[in-house]
Amino acid sequence: MNTMVEAIDKATGAMSSAELAGGQHSRATVGDFTAVDPRMVCRNVDVWYGSKQAIHGVSLDIGKNEVVSMIGPSGCGKSTFLRSLNRMNDTIVGCRVTGSIQLDGQEIYDKGLDPVPLRARVGMVFQKPNPFPKSIYENVAYGPRIHGLTNNKAELDELVEDSLQKAGLWNEVKDRLDQPGTGLSGGQQQRLCIARTIAVSPEVILMDEPCSALDPIATAIVEELIDELRQNFSIAIVTHSMQQAARVSQRTAYFHLGDLIEVGETNHIFTNPQHKLTEDYITGRFG
Amino acid sequence: MYAWILILTLLAVMAVAYQLGIKRAISSVGGLTQINALHSLPSYYGLYAALWAGIPALLLMGLWIGFQDQIVTSLVTANLSPDMLEGQSSGRIDLILNDIKNLATGNIVSATVTPEVQAAADQYARLERIATWSMWLAVLAVALGGMAYAWRRTGPQMRARNRVESIFLAIMIVFSSIAILTTLGIVLSVLFESLRFFDMVSPVEFFLGTNWSPQIALRADQVGATGAFGAIPLFTGTLMVSLIAMLVAVPIGLMSAIYLSEYAPRNVRAVAKPVIEILAGIPTVVYGFFAALTVAPAIRDLGALLGLEVASESALAAGLVMGIMIIPFVSSLSDDVINAVPQSMRDGSYALGATQSETIRRVIVPAALPGIVGGILLAVSRAIGETMIVVMAAGMAANLTANPLESVTTVTVQIVTLLTGDQEFDSAKTLAAFALGLTLFLVTLSLNIVALSIVRKYREQYE
Repeated sequence: MNTMVEAIDKATGAMSSAELAGGQHSRATVGDFTAVDPRMVCRNVDVWYGSKQAIHGVSLDIGKNEVVSMIGPSGCGKSTFLRSLNRMNDTIVGCRVTGSIQLDGQEIYDKGLDPVPLRARVGMVFQKPNPFPKSIYENVAYGPRIHGLTNNKAELDELVEDSLQKAGLWNEVKDRLDQPGTGLSGGQQQRLCIARTIAVSPEVILMDEPCSALDPIATAIVEELIDELRQNFSIAIVTHSMQQAARVSQRTAYFHLGDLIEVGETNHIFTNPQHKLTEDYITGRFG
Repeated sequence: MYAWILILTLLAVMAVAYQLGIKRAISSVGGLTQINALHSLPSYYGLYAALWAGIPALLLMGLWIGFQDQIVTSLVTANLSPDMLEGQSSGRIDLILNDIKNLATGNIVSATVTPEVQAAADQYARLERIATWSMWLAVLAVALGGMAYAWRRTGPQMRARNRVESIFLAIMIVFSSIAILTTLGIVLSVLFESLRFFDMVSPVEFFLGTNWSPQIALRADQVGATGAFGAIPLFTGTLMVSLIAMLVAVPIGLMSAIYLSEYAPRNVRAVAKPVIEILAGIPTVVYGFFAALTVAPAIRDLGALLGLEVASESALAAGLVMGIMIIPFVSSLSDDVINAVPQSMRDGSYALGATQSETIRRVIVPAALPGIVGGILLAVSRAIGETMIVVMAAGMAANLTANPLESVTTVTVQIVTLLTGDQEFDSAKTLAAFALGLTLFLVTLSLNIVALSIVRKYREQYE
C-alpha cells in the first residue's frame, strides 16, 4: 500500500507544472459519470504499468445505445483505460488493474472470468486498420468461425453479408470477397475491421482513435457509421479530434495525466466546461 | 629487395601526401581563418593527395610483380642456346628453367650444373635485381608524380570531397565485383568441366541411368572396372537423406520457433534461442562422427530388437543427425518471421475473442507462412549440399532403394570419393564430379532463388 501511495505522490509530483498552468488540480471528477441505463460500470479503476500508475481512480459508465468519447492530451491514459475495458491490457507484461469494472453487473476482472469470451462481448477497433492477411470474407468470418456462431456455410455467408452491410462496406466489396483485405484502401480497411468486430455481435465496441489514420472523407464515412451502430451497440471511442467527439458522441470524458477530470453531456462539455483544465484543452490553450 | 618494405615506404609517402594536401589546401585560401572558402573540409584534400600518391603506385606495383617473373624468364629462355631446347618436351624445358631459378636463388638443383645453366642463372639473378630496382624507382616515381598532380590541382575550387567519395565508391565496386566474379568463375569452370564430361558420357545416361560405378580402367587389361555413370541412385539417396532430415527439422524447428516467439517468457527465450543456434555452430564433422559412432549403432540395435535388418551405415542415421543440424535454420528464420508479424494482428485477433492458440494457428502462422517456407527451403538446400555427415554415416554404396534402413550414397559423398586420392584429372571419373557438382549447384541455386523470392514477397506485405 505504501508503494502505491508513493507512486501516486510521484505521479502527482510530475504533474505539478501542468497544475501550475491549469490551476487547482483535483482528483475528483467534475460532472456526473453515471449513465441512465449503464452497460459497463467502472468504479475507482487504477491501472499500473509495473510501479508506474497510468490511471488514477477513474469512475465512468458506458450506457446502452450511447457513444462515450474520451478526449485528452497524449499520454493522458485514455487508451490505457479503454484497453482495460476488454482486458486487452492482459497481453502487456507488468500491467495491473484494480478497482471495479462490470459488464452487465458482472465483474470482468473476477479471477474466475476468462478474458477470451469477454473480448467477444466487448469488441475493439484499433487506431491503425489491422485486417488479417486473409480474404475480405475470411476477415469477417474469422470471429464467427472461432466462436462457432453459425451452423453452416449459408448462415455464415448471411452473417458476413449482414456485418459488411452494417459496416457500410457491402456494396463496395460484394464482388471481390475473395480478395485480400489488405488490398483495400485505408478507410475500407477500417470499416472491414468494424465489420469483423460486429460479426461476433458484441455488446460494447471500443474504438481507439479509429479515424486517425484515415483521410477526411473516410473519416466522415466512419463517423456516420458509428452513429448508426449506436442503435445496436454501446460504443466507447478515444479520439484526438474534438470535432469528432462533438459529432459522434452523446457524452464526453476529459482525461488528464491519468485522471478523469470532467465528464458530461457532449454539448455541455464543449459549450460550458466546468473545470479549468477541460476549458484550456478544448479551447486549445493546452494539449 | 622485399616488397613489403616498398609498401611501407608507399604508406609513408601517402602519409606525407596527406599532410601536404591539407597544408596546401589551407594555404591556398590564405590560412585557417579563410577555411570556409574551401569547397571541402581540409582532410578531404589530404585524402585526395594521399590517394593520388598511393593508388596508381600500388596498381603499378601489382602489375609489375605479376609480370616481372614472366618477362625475366622469357628473356633468359631467349638467351639459352637453341640446341639445349631442341626436341625437348615442354615439361623438360620447365625443369631446366626451374633449375636455373633454383641456382640463382641458391636452392638445391635437380641436375648437374652445366656452365651454360650457370651462365643463365647468373643472367637470371642479374635481371631480377635490375627489375626489382627499377620497380622501386618506377613505383616511387609514380607515387611522387601522383602527389605532385594532386598538389597542382588543389585549390579552393577543387571538389575534393566529391572526388574522394567517388574514388571510395570505385574501390567498393571493385571489391564487390571480386565476390561476384569469383562466383561466376566457379560456375563457368564447373560448367566447362561438366561439358567435357558430357562429351565422354551422354547426359541421358548420367541423368537417367540407374547404375553408378565410376571405377574406370586405368590399364587396358584391368577387369571389373568398366565405369557406369547413372546418377539416379545418387539423386534418390540425396533426396531420401534430405527428406528424413526435413522430417526431423521442420516439426522440431517450427514448434520451437512458435514456442519461443509466442509462449516463452523473456528469460527462457534469452537462454533457449542462443542455445538452439549453437547447433548451427557445431562443426559438421562432429555431427558426422556422432552419426556414425552413436546414432547409427543405436538404430541398428533398435532395429535388431524389433527384428529389422539395419545396415551399419544407414540413410536414417545420416538423415536424423542432419535434421538435428538444420533445426536452427528452420527455427531461427521462422522465429524471425513470426516476430515480424505485427502485434496489431495479434491484438486484432484477441479483440475478437480468439485464444492464443487460435490466434497462432489461424492468424500468425498463415501470415508468417511465406517466410517460414522460405526458411525451410533454405534449410533444404543446406541439407542437399551437406557432405560430412553423409560421408561418415550414409555409406558409399550406390543403392537404388526406398528403404531408409539401407545404406545409400549421396551426390556430395560421391564427389568426395571421386576426387580423393591420386586421380587423373581428365578422366571421366574425375570429370563426373564436376557434372555432379553442377547438378547440385543448380538445384540449390534454384531452391535459394525460390526461397529468397518467397521471403521478399512476404516482406513487402507489411511495409
